[in-house]
Amino acid sequence: MSERISLDEVRKVAKLARLSLSEEELERMRGDLDGILDWMTALSKLDTNGVEPTFHAVEMAAALRDDVVVDGLRRSEALRAAARSDQGGFAVPKVKEGE
Amino acid sequence: MSDALHTQSAHALRERVAKGETSAVEIARAALDTIHTRDAAVGAFLHVDGEGALAQAAQVDRARAAGEALGPLAGVPIAMKDNLCVRGIPATCASKILEGWIAPYDATVVERLRAAGAVIVGKTNMDEFAMGSSNETSAYKLVHNPWDLSRAPGGSSGGSAASVAAGMAPLSLGSDTGGSVRQPAAFCGLVALKPTYGRVSRYGLIAFASSLDQIGPFARDVRDCAIVSEVISGRDPRDATSVDTVETLAGTYTRELERDVKGLRVGVVRASLAEGCEPGVVLAIERSIDTLRSLGCEIVDVTLPTAEHAVSAYYIVAPAECSSNLARFDGMRFGPRVESASLEETYGKTRALFGKEVRRRIMLGTYVLSAGYYDAFYAQAQKARTLISRDYAAAFERCDVVLTPTAPSVAFGLGAKTKNPLEMYLADIFTLPPSLAGLPAISVPCGLSEGLPVGLQLTAKAFDEATLFRVASAFERATDHHTHRASMFAAGGAA
Amino acid sequence: MSHTQYEAVIGLEVHAQLATKTKMFCGCSTSYGAAPNTQICPVCLGLPGALPVPNRQAIALAVRAGLSLGCTLRKSSRFARKNYYYPDLSKGYQISQFDLPLNEKGSLEITTSAGTKRVNLTRIHVEEDAAKNLHGVGAGTDTLVDFNRAGTPLIEIVGEPELRSAEEAEAYLKALRDILMFAGVNDGNLEEGSFRCDANVSIRPVGQEKFGTRCELKNINSFKFVRKAIDYEIARQEAIVSSGGTIFQETRTWSSTQEKTLSLRSKEEAQDYRYFADPDLPPLVVDDAWLAEIRTTVPEPIAARRERWQRELGLTAYDAQVLSAHPRIAEYFEAATSSLETQRAGKLAKDNLAKAGAGKRVANFMQAEALRVVTTNGLEASFPCSAERLAGLLALVEDETINGKIAKDVFADMIATGKAPADIVSSKGLAQVKDTSAIEGTVREVIAKHPKELASFKAGKTNLKGFFVGRVMGALKGANPALVNEVLDRVLAEP
Repeated sequence: MSERISLDEVRKVAKLARLSLSEEELERMRGDLDGILDWMTALSKLDTNGVEPTFHAVEMAAALRDDVVVDGLRRSEALRAAARSDQGGFAVPKVKEGE
Repeated sequence: MSDALHTQSAHALRERVAKGETSAVEIARAALDTIHTRDAAVGAFLHVDGEGALAQAAQVDRARAAGEALGPLAGVPIAMKDNLCVRGIPATCASKILEGWIAPYDATVVERLRAAGAVIVGKTNMDEFAMGSSNETSAYKLVHNPWDLSRAPGGSSGGSAASVAAGMAPLSLGSDTGGSVRQPAAFCGLVALKPTYGRVSRYGLIAFASSLDQIGPFARDVRDCAIVSEVISGRDPRDATSVDTVETLAGTYTRELERDVKGLRVGVVRASLAEGCEPGVVLAIERSIDTLRSLGCEIVDVTLPTAEHAVSAYYIVAPAECSSNLARFDGMRFGPRVESASLEETYGKTRALFGKEVRRRIMLGTYVLSAGYYDAFYAQAQKARTLISRDYAAAFERCDVVLTPTAPSVAFGLGAKTKNPLEMYLADIFTLPPSLAGLPAISVPCGLSEGLPVGLQLTAKAFDEATLFRVASAFERATDHHTHRASMFAAGGAA
Repeated sequence: MSHTQYEAVIGLEVHAQLATKTKMFCGCSTSYGAAPNTQICPVCLGLPGALPVPNRQAIALAVRAGLSLGCTLRKSSRFARKNYYYPDLSKGYQISQFDLPLNEKGSLEITTSAGTKRVNLTRIHVEEDAAKNLHGVGAGTDTLVDFNRAGTPLIEIVGEPELRSAEEAEAYLKALRDILMFAGVNDGNLEEGSFRCDANVSIRPVGQEKFGTRCELKNINSFKFVRKAIDYEIARQEAIVSSGGTIFQETRTWSSTQEKTLSLRSKEEAQDYRYFADPDLPPLVVDDAWLAEIRTTVPEPIAARRERWQRELGLTAYDAQVLSAHPRIAEYFEAATSSLETQRAGKLAKDNLAKAGAGKRVANFMQAEALRVVTTNGLEASFPCSAERLAGLLALVEDETINGKIAKDVFADMIATGKAPADIVSSKGLAQVKDTSAIEGTVREVIAKHPKELASFKAGKTNLKGFFVGRVMGALKGANPALVNEVLDRVLAEP
């Protein structure tokens, strides 16, 4: 049976999605995705020539808001939820500078 | 014990509070006691907010004593799915990745419920991030169907459904992305509405698939469902997709409840009663069609030719959106973080806290959106959506509501479908097409099969919930299906 | 050995912050310099369940930018998600526009030593800014993230790769900044990061049509660095190609300390952004009525204004340049000119009208005195006195109440005390004595007191006239010097 998705592709997708998966999980995931994608091939046979995609099922225009300042979250409350914080900032693992 | 508080409908409880027969605090206590005695067996709640509930109830009692006008849900207990933010209490989405997170704000529906006098008793169990059809993907515990504890309550709003079916609350809110209130309502013998996309604000609903998600209520009868739907619906300036409808909502659903249905055209999708449906389900549906005919409805056949692609389209669109919606769960600003050597590793290991089904959908969604696959999968699925909407538009030329079963089976056994994701996905075969088209759909009890409830799904044109309530109510008046209860419902518990 | 000539091909992408009070999708303030994480809410912090709602003013400003740059407006444009992970990106995606941007095409004129040139634009789309990573301030190796900037509204102005030198690039940026500032769209503040630039730079042999491989220079935050960075990059690429090497597509950054560009990441590490339409945001519609309303807010283009000043007010090109250095200065100049025209109407000494038009008089005084004490901050500027008061002061000069020298002193007093010019003049008795008889009286008095000096003068020491002028002026405090000279000459000439 031909593969719809290779282990390398699965690895690449996991990296894109920032999910660290063990080799065993990657294998299993490949199998799952392969099955799902195989089953989805029927959809590719649906004739959609000249059909516009639906991004919003109900036709609407974005409702906008006025440019008026509204109270937000208190810093203490926001930082309380963080794994770590320091000097009023959310502390995160070192980020390469200049990016 | 038929008049025990926990067996009462929401509108009956509100009446008692309004007349001063029972205090809101008594009602809240009864609900909390019932949860206390029953939930160990059911597993419907992830968090019970006894203190908050009693405080809200006391406030209702004070308001009544002060002679203030009471809201339509004054003193009525309600359970909230754990993907809805209630300020000051946890919202976990039944996921380890949100373990310990306390919502710092109220969802719009929560604000509206509070304003209507409702009393929030706690947060209900669910499939992790609403991804599942049996509630078995919860990272914390299983939910057992109150009708048969060995069976699934349906999903993803399994806890919300089970809480109402077991008498732990007269009302609950769930969320429906591809059937997540309708299918568990069918499995637990309840009424549940998936409103038109845009009808109910999603602000404060932790997103699964933003173009499909809608918040919907569970109730034990159509009237209760209509009342709570009116409370939570309407335009919200905090949700750009919430729609400004001209009508004011108060009364627009409830005034439909007494109307007859003579001359209304009911479109039956015959194909939905053929392959893949359990005979008991087919039988209950056929009888329901007869009932509607006897009430004066005109029964017509309609087809939804593209509906066969709904499952595929849904399992592309929903994972694609979820892969993006769930990107914010990265351990940087809230929630647990798995500290590791580097930033990249910290991301990867933290996000590995997602359970198996969530990871699978994130992977699938990331894949279908990635360079080179977008057109073949995502764009094609969105085009299929357009065709499904056109199918409905054609059907509604011929009828006012479309009738199908809610689910192809009655509640299945816990563990019966967890091996193969595809088999689980097919449990949503009838609820997905209305979701993809953004249409309102209601599930109402329509009989029993093997002693378990069967659900009937009615779908209407966008923003025509009123007709759904009209038909559902007429059907309910003509039958006694809604009076069947899980055996544990009335028995024992708190008075 | 033949020597190949190369030419540079440069395209700029500018991120300009829209001058709104609140963020793109939430009501948090955009003011600069607040303590970290004090301007945040569930939306810009990307908390679970929060939803974006676009800021109407931000959209209006983006449309105004398009109108000011001759773009074609898309009446229904679309928000898209750009998905990538970074700690300064709260949701794991940036809301931007992709396939259907708000503005397309457009152009602007630049002037360099080689003359003027029109440069085309590709598009101007709306998006949100990321948060700020603070390095080296936290304990240990942590990076600290401040979300005050997260969600700030931006437009990205993408220029066609039509620039051929660093000089042109700099001229383009300055022209663009001018236009956006004068349209009130952006505050032009490079130091605070509200106007930032990325440059795509490649080289190709002169005469070749095909573009070379380009490198992207990120986040160049001063006009000086733009020139240096691009010049460096062109030289670097030429050196590589000339020696037979190959340019690899990569992202580079300018290091102002090392004075060179450094590689950030190669194309292989390039992201797959998985753009898709943001399901939380329906199409952004700018209808005709709104467009017409926005059109009325577009000010006269700065280039046209400079020309008009020269043509109608008699300013030199240099004057016009100086007085249009900042939109508020230009407004102040125009307001003062028009106020002076009003004040002088009817009461101006006839012969002075010809001497200097109101505009030129205001221009001269502003350049000589007023601009020194004007401070600007972004789109704001603070002036020592209102334009009307400045005009009032100049009106006093025009009607010869005071002379030009006294006017400088009065202006200094106005700044120091905040008083009106007329009040200062009258309270300090600075009004020029224009009454010839009063002057003559004083002249005769002075002469009478100094018979020795008069004798010497008559004897031929004519330079003693200065002595008399000084004494008379000292005694009169604010006489018209010309008048004093005239009277003195006459009296001294008397036998």
